[in-house]
Amino acid sequence: MLGVVLESRSIQQYPVSLFYQSLTQCGSRMSREQLVVERARRAFQTGMSKPLKFRVHQLKNLHRFITERRKDIADAVNKDLNKTEHSTELFETLGLEGEIDVAVERLAEWAAPRPVEKSLLTILDEVYIQPEPLGVVLIIGAWNYPWAVTLQPLIAAIAAGNAAVVKPSEVSSHSAKVMEELLSLYLDKELYPVVCGGVSETQELLRQRFDHIFYTGNSTVGKLVMEAAARHLTPVTLELGGKSPCYIDKDVDLRVACRRITWGKFVNCGQTCIAPDYILCEPSIQDRVVEEIRKCIMEFYTDDPKSFEDYGRIINQRHFQRVMSLLEGSTVAIGGDSDQSQCYIGPTVLKDVTGGSKVMQEEIFGPLLPIVTVSGVDEAIQFINEREKPLALYVFSPDNKLIRRVIAETSSGALVANDCLVHFTVSALPFGGVGNSGMGRYHSQHGFDQLSHLRACLIKKLNLEDANAMRYPPHTAKKLGWARFFLLKRVNLRRLRRMALLALFSAMAAFIVQRFLR
Amino acid sequence: MEKQAVQRAREAFLAGRSRPLEFRVQQLKSLQRMITDRQGEIATALKQDINRSQYDTPLFELIGLENEISLAVSKLAQWAAPRPVERNLLTISDQAYIQSEPLGVVLIIGAWNYPWALTLQPLVGAIAAGNAAVVKPSELSEYSASLLKALLPRYLDQELYPVVCGGVSETQELLRQRFDHVFYTGNSTVGKLVMEAAARHLTPVTLELGGKSPCYIDKDVDLRVACRRITWGKFVNCGQTCIAPDYILCEPSIQNRVVEGIRQTLLEFYGPDPKSSPDYGRIINQRHFNRLMTLLEGYTATVGGQSDSSQRYIAPTVVKDVPPQARLMQEEIFGPLLPIVTVSDIDDAIHFINEREKPLALYVFSSNKKVIKRMLAETTSGGVTVNDVIMHYTLNSLPFGGVGQSGTGRYHGKHTFDQFSHHRACLVKSLGMEEVHMVRYPPQNRQKVRRVRLAMRTSLVDFSKGTYIWAVTASIVALGLLVALTVILIITAGVSCTCL
Repeated sequence: MLGVVLESRSIQQYPVSLFYQSLTQCGSRMSREQLVVERARRAFQTGMSKPLKFRVHQLKNLHRFITERRKDIADAVNKDLNKTEHSTELFETLGLEGEIDVAVERLAEWAAPRPVEKSLLTILDEVYIQPEPLGVVLIIGAWNYPWAVTLQPLIAAIAAGNAAVVKPSEVSSHSAKVMEELLSLYLDKELYPVVCGGVSETQELLRQRFDHIFYTGNSTVGKLVMEAAARHLTPVTLELGGKSPCYIDKDVDLRVACRRITWGKFVNCGQTCIAPDYILCEPSIQDRVVEEIRKCIMEFYTDDPKSFEDYGRIINQRHFQRVMSLLEGSTVAIGGDSDQSQCYIGPTVLKDVTGGSKVMQEEIFGPLLPIVTVSGVDEAIQFINEREKPLALYVFSPDNKLIRRVIAETSSGALVANDCLVHFTVSALPFGGVGNSGMGRYHSQHGFDQLSHLRACLIKKLNLEDANAMRYPPHTAKKLGWARFFLLKRVNLRRLRRMALLALFSAMAAFIVQRFLR
Repeated sequence: MEKQAVQRAREAFLAGRSRPLEFRVQQLKSLQRMITDRQGEIATALKQDINRSQYDTPLFELIGLENEISLAVSKLAQWAAPRPVERNLLTISDQAYIQSEPLGVVLIIGAWNYPWALTLQPLVGAIAAGNAAVVKPSELSEYSASLLKALLPRYLDQELYPVVCGGVSETQELLRQRFDHVFYTGNSTVGKLVMEAAARHLTPVTLELGGKSPCYIDKDVDLRVACRRITWGKFVNCGQTCIAPDYILCEPSIQNRVVEGIRQTLLEFYGPDPKSSPDYGRIINQRHFNRLMTLLEGYTATVGGQSDSSQRYIAPTVVKDVPPQARLMQEEIFGPLLPIVTVSDIDDAIHFINEREKPLALYVFSSNKKVIKRMLAETTSGGVTVNDVIMHYTLNSLPFGGVGQSGTGRYHGKHTFDQFSHHRACLVKSLGMEEVHMVRYPPQNRQKVRRVRLAMRTSLVDFSKGTYIWAVTASIVALGLLVALTVILIITAGVSCTCL
């Protein structure tokens, strides 16, 4: 086996390269973002991010960062979103630590050449797919889980051998600041710089050339990111959002179903991209659903969520106003209370909401849970299909047939039956959207593959040249006949190997029997 | 008109017609019949478009298509089936799998150099994945485009797979519509426009672009064979192949022998007068002919160099000692001109390649494993073939696509199916075992978090290599013991029986 393993190989610096030229000529006019990207690119080109040892070392450092600076991270998230230390651990850092562990454990496997099925024509050749780093990746994070959604793509980027420019969201300003200050103490400063800033800094970053852009956020900005990427033919991964529907079958155990939905909805004060956005159920169970949710809210957040430490806040005034305005025209069944000075909105349930209501026009991203009544699963499916493909779809039903029907007749990034959010924790499942909810996917090996170039490699030898005669001009019908045979005949190597093994065993058995029966 | 075709395709898709596996297989088999029944007409159209020889058509376009269709038909059930994934302790009693689903209506924009293969091969994957597809063949290969427009509706569902012909303005109109995936084969300039148009609808794209595919010849290699393979790959379709070896890199000491090798091979392939060889093609149109002739300006051809504008004929041409700043080295040639650029050694060659955009293909000719290993480790490209050219295209288990300026996404075989599918993560839980889930609900505390940590991080099945080797060894030993035991039993049975 040729064993193409990416080794440490420092490529000699070109004495007169374009990069140095441009830097010396327009040094004074280069923006900060441009310089950072250039440095990252130069660092990548030295080849230092390629060796597996280096990647594992950086990942382990990242793990240390999370464990050693647990307090700093928790404080930052608390200031940003009013989350407790335990919440932060549960929803942000636990997932990160898990991803790092998986990456460190499996990296050699992921980065190794992947042999593929051969044809008769290539039976004597080496044929495999070699994962390679792409180069410099841009990661634009979001504010709702400022650590999880910014660092998880970074794990994939490091594992795949890339350099990565990390741009945390300025909206979660405390987390962004902590990330900028502390990350460079644990990770290579040039390969993985953190760039903070607002809209104009992000736009300046997007003008630079990257080898992949990973964006988490909303569809509007997602389109702008993809347009900017198109100018450099840069591939993108867009983790967007949408209105994730949650269908409750009338025959389901409402107590458990509502508890799981309540949990999924009000975690982080509804500011989760895969939170169940709205409920679809039959009118006959609507009141019971409301009652069960009311009970759960009491159980989780006491009768005064405002003073309870595990209930979060809206990130800022702008979003507070936005979410409050969505209440317009809808009937409040639970909650509806708010306190602008604290950006507090109580856990709220709206009933008898229609498709045309204001709250149904955009992704809520807040603690308002509308219930839309439908006559049955048919109408529910129709309702869902009339709208954009969501990031997640939730179905609560004891009936497997119904669940399978919903899977077959709808589309969404992911589907979870009888629970909310938890598919995020199954790292073997690809996490991503479809249509308006995004493109591309990550988590575990999916992230590694997304940020790698999977290069097709065919290693042949210069002998057996006569076999090639059938493809060379001057062409004849006879040559074509041979070409057809070789190109179209599929060889099932696995079956051949199994048959050969079986033949070997039979021969061995026959030999033993023959010998000992004398 | 374009808008209506897309609208009809979407309505047909929403009606659910394209989803059942039997329907997809039936459509694919129909497509196969079209290729077999109409081979003659297709060959004639290609001859008129690009002077393709009668054998090159099946060899380069149709056999590949047949291969893809038969693979899709035989494996479709497997590809479309749910793919279970590894679970953790928290999801131990649940079903976790990836379900491949159709995306919806896809747009396939074909190219003119292999108008059938490059337009229909993506269509095979699109149909297999259960989508509707609007097919837009390249207007530059006009005979093939009009033949496709006439034939496809007679074999495939007319509403689900409409063919839209036209030029730039029709293509722009198509790109204004909303699709669920856009598959484009062509050049980087238009590729950027396609991606920008797709961005407006957040439509994912596959861009099969091009570039200058370098071909490095090591000095210690068997030049006779190397040159023959390179010559074949370069001058097939008159150099108009996206993965043709664009230029050669070699040391000055072997340059003349390389030229001789190519010259001899050309004689073997096309005879002393390639213009009269039935196997030698023509340039697609006057514009490209002029473009190529301009590239040659100022350089004397070592081999070939003749041309005939009336026939859009350019002889197989080799130019040696080409400087890196020559026009020939500034853009993808896409024609029968083969520049040789000399480099001092492999380091120089690697620098040369890395200073330029990532190519669609990289070719290395060497019998030295170290050289090959270095070349592959220190450069990047869409794909690589070592000691041959183009052949990685023919193996459909290898993903075919570019990187950087040479493109994004990949296809061939199952990769096409995957590219045109949405891989939906499905987690089907039950409402039982609620006590286990209590740990995640508020109020939160230290113990709860610890329990969740444990449950989330334990993986159920150990897929590591060590365990695998252990399992295989144990199985072999166990089987061996079983065989031995059986044999001993037979012997003792034989001993107790006096019939021995």
